[in-house]
Amino acid sequence: MTTLQTDPGMEFLAQRVDGDPAFGCIQCGTCAASCPLGAAMEYPPRQLILQARSGNLDKILSSPSLWMCVGCHTCSSRCPRGIELADDLWPALRDRAMQEGIQPPAELQETFQNIFKYGNSLGESARKRLDWAKELDVPLRDLSKEPTAVEVLWLVCDYPSYYPRNQVVTRDFARILTALGVRWGVLGNKEKAVGDCDRLFGEEGLFEMLVENNKKLFDKHQFEKIVTLDTHSYRALEHFYPRYGAEYPVEHYTTFLADRLDLLKPLLTKPVKATVTYHDNCCIGRRAGIFDQPRMLLEAIPGVKLVEMARNRENALCCGGGGGGMWLDGHIVEHGGQRLSDQRVRQAAEVGAEVLAVSCPLELSRFEDSTKVAGLENKLLVRDIIELLAESMDLGEKEK
Amino acid sequence: MNIAVVVRQVPDLVEPLEIDASGAALDVDEVEFLINETDDHALEQALLLKESGGGSITVVAIDFGQVDDVLYTAAAKGADRIVKIPYDDDDRPPRPAEAAAMIAEAVKDIDAELVLVGSSAHDELEGVLAPLLALKLELPYLGVIRGVKPGEGGSVTAFKEFPGAAMAQMNVKLPAVLGILAADQPPRYVPVSRIRAAMKSTEFEEKETAAAVPEPNVTVLRMHHPEPSGRAEMLTGSEDEVAARLAEILKEKGVVQ
Amino acid sequence: MSAQDILVLAEVNQDAVADITFELLGGARELAGATGGQVVAVLLGHDVAKHAESLSAADRLIVIDDEQLADFSPAPYLAVLESLVGSEGPRAVLAGSTTIGLDVAPMLGAKLNAPVVNACQQVAVEGDLLKITAAICGGKVLAEVEVSASPAVLLILPGSFRPTEETGAATVESRPSPVELHRGAVTFEKMILPAPGDVDITQQDVLVAVGRGIQQEDNMKVAEELAAVLGGELAASRPIIDQGWLPTTRQVGKSGMIVKPKCFIALGVSGAPEHVEGMKDSELIIAVNTDPGAPIFDVADYGVVADLLDVAPALTEAIK
Repeated sequence: MTTLQTDPGMEFLAQRVDGDPAFGCIQCGTCAASCPLGAAMEYPPRQLILQARSGNLDKILSSPSLWMCVGCHTCSSRCPRGIELADDLWPALRDRAMQEGIQPPAELQETFQNIFKYGNSLGESARKRLDWAKELDVPLRDLSKEPTAVEVLWLVCDYPSYYPRNQVVTRDFARILTALGVRWGVLGNKEKAVGDCDRLFGEEGLFEMLVENNKKLFDKHQFEKIVTLDTHSYRALEHFYPRYGAEYPVEHYTTFLADRLDLLKPLLTKPVKATVTYHDNCCIGRRAGIFDQPRMLLEAIPGVKLVEMARNRENALCCGGGGGGMWLDGHIVEHGGQRLSDQRVRQAAEVGAEVLAVSCPLELSRFEDSTKVAGLENKLLVRDIIELLAESMDLGEKEK
Repeated sequence: MNIAVVVRQVPDLVEPLEIDASGAALDVDEVEFLINETDDHALEQALLLKESGGGSITVVAIDFGQVDDVLYTAAAKGADRIVKIPYDDDDRPPRPAEAAAMIAEAVKDIDAELVLVGSSAHDELEGVLAPLLALKLELPYLGVIRGVKPGEGGSVTAFKEFPGAAMAQMNVKLPAVLGILAADQPPRYVPVSRIRAAMKSTEFEEKETAAAVPEPNVTVLRMHHPEPSGRAEMLTGSEDEVAARLAEILKEKGVVQ
Repeated sequence: MSAQDILVLAEVNQDAVADITFELLGGARELAGATGGQVVAVLLGHDVAKHAESLSAADRLIVIDDEQLADFSPAPYLAVLESLVGSEGPRAVLAGSTTIGLDVAPMLGAKLNAPVVNACQQVAVEGDLLKITAAICGGKVLAEVEVSASPAVLLILPGSFRPTEETGAATVESRPSPVELHRGAVTFEKMILPAPGDVDITQQDVLVAVGRGIQQEDNMKVAEELAAVLGGELAASRPIIDQGWLPTTRQVGKSGMIVKPKCFIALGVSGAPEHVEGMKDSELIIAVNTDPGAPIFDVADYGVVADLLDVAPALTEAIK
């Protein structure tokens, strides 16, 4: 595991084992106080470090709170000493726990097994990867069948490929790319999970395997850049893949489209009359600093009135789906935590939004579920920015 | 306790199950395989017994499908030895009686006190492997078991399922073969890094068997997917439309007022 | 006795003849009608003569009473059946695909060098042949097979044959065991019954059953809410029980409960035979599954191809 040695989280653990307390944490508690689930954790981030230093690694590893981090990155972004708690420390501890035979929550085990066996977190057949395109009305280039050089290698990723609610957005994006004259292709049934969340879950071996397989796959194809709707995949390719010697130019769709706003704007003809607020997801927001482009896209749509939630940009509240949170809701609630998405939809409603715009595929289903819980069904619609763009371009599939 | 665990591959029901050109067998090239679920439980039960009382686990498998993946996973979970039985027909999985004859020869050499194998497999058509293996080994058999505890004086306590969520507590003197339906706890997760490490460090022991293979006495004429019976009236529309129609039906039938 | 007889292995569970036995007798009657032989029921146990009357749909009932057969153990059962079937020489032996049948029938076939067919759903006589349809791969594949040798040992999936309601006048032959029986390596200690206190799902009018399609434990609340507005209770197929998301008392199907509620709503249940056998006689069956080919739609009255996580909450709302 050469990768772990360059991993600050593990380095920290290694230092602790050697009895060297020289580690930069000043125990200020900013992390614990910032953590949206910290109050429910037996060991919030500050305590993790304290306990590890005090030789109580076993306590941390066997605590349910080890599986309550949803990778929102608030702690890391506010840490005055720049400690990469979310990216490095939590995954390293989780990996260590699993190496010692501690069982992750059952739902997460199932997800790991699905990714290992089927190459996607939903446990669907690889042969159904292109099912989303069955009703597609623009030509699709399946590079696994006809390899050809493309401008954009579109990694469709798991939720956008398989989850019915997301498939609508996926088709809309295909139409938008085509309308913009982009030469794009997909990897069809050969595509496998990219795996950012796996690294955050701490399943390092699984992540490493995905990187190796994906590198082999990507290297077979000619493309200028990778574009994806999946913010977690984006983050993995941009931040973690290079650590394993797999470097590819990659863009999230928000920056890709914002760069083409000149081409896009004339196509945005149909007004979408709505008060819209944008939820900054953690992967492209706090973790990659992409705050402006999603808003530029929304503001370009005629009729859209953009309002901001009190917690926005760097301070946005996480939806709770990252870092494995998508498969940890049961565990988190069981141990006293809340579904963060339930809070977030209320925050959107408070500022008078009629539409909660998102740009991460996990959020559609999370927030839609939460609008039901919060009694906001039919009052607050959850829509991907892509859907709003497609509607304004009169290409949209889901007109609500 | 010296435990032998038998594992095998079965078609993955998540994937489409294609029928081959003969029309009388699954198309092995098109079918994905995974570990037989009850064999996975048998392995878990062996690991739990080893953890509670020590001993050694030997996993035995016929070399068919993607069985190596299963064997490396077993090694990563804590199996001590892996014995693989060569099998040269890539197009057809062994029938239960055939598998029993081959596996029995390999298991005889292991000198196991307890042989654990999945109670059944969903692709078993011509008989059931677990009891046939016991017969070949001339060992006592008990199947459809949910949990095994170490017992007194060379025995184990096995819990056999009965209808109505009842369970018979049975004493089984060893050596014996037990057909496992479910282990005391669900099969454990083993991180992929451990499986990958096992791929590098595990050596399979190959065990050629010269077992006399019984001739088939059942002729498979045809395999096909069931025709929908057309019994159910299928409701279509948006979820709200479907829900409204279902609510109506429930009212008509007096289920709700 | 004749080489055209159909022999049925009767089962008694918790002091009552099991439902599967009446189904086997129903199937055996039809087969014997085609072969021209008799239906011979075999009942093994101790102090079981009292069940003779309920098995009178057979032409002959052979009761083997022995202390060693008082509680089930494979070896003595096998010893008796090997001898008995050997001397009776029937055309076919029908055993249920049950906790008892699965332990005994495969070895019986092997001992007699007889063909064994597992998971049988239909059996027909065509001259010297038996033509059988077996449901394998969780009911997703049907295998049409034929056997010529006699006797054929057939493991029948519960729910395959219509149970007989006949009450004939079987000749009862009570006999000692044809072979000497010993206390073997496998001995019965006690029967553990489910802890009282939990709901008895066999007594409910409405059951909402969940299967693998529920995906996550957290999603169970969707089913709970639906059950609550319907005044029903939750039930589940085996994978959910194995996960520990519901107690074993809620398991429907093989080794679980046989339920016949007024209304059974199957959410994300694929309908593997071992589940279907426990719920097929419900008065009204509604199934929701994403797979249009799921076998549950073959037993359902109404089907919806959709994600239960969409339909169940919508239905909960609609009923409210």
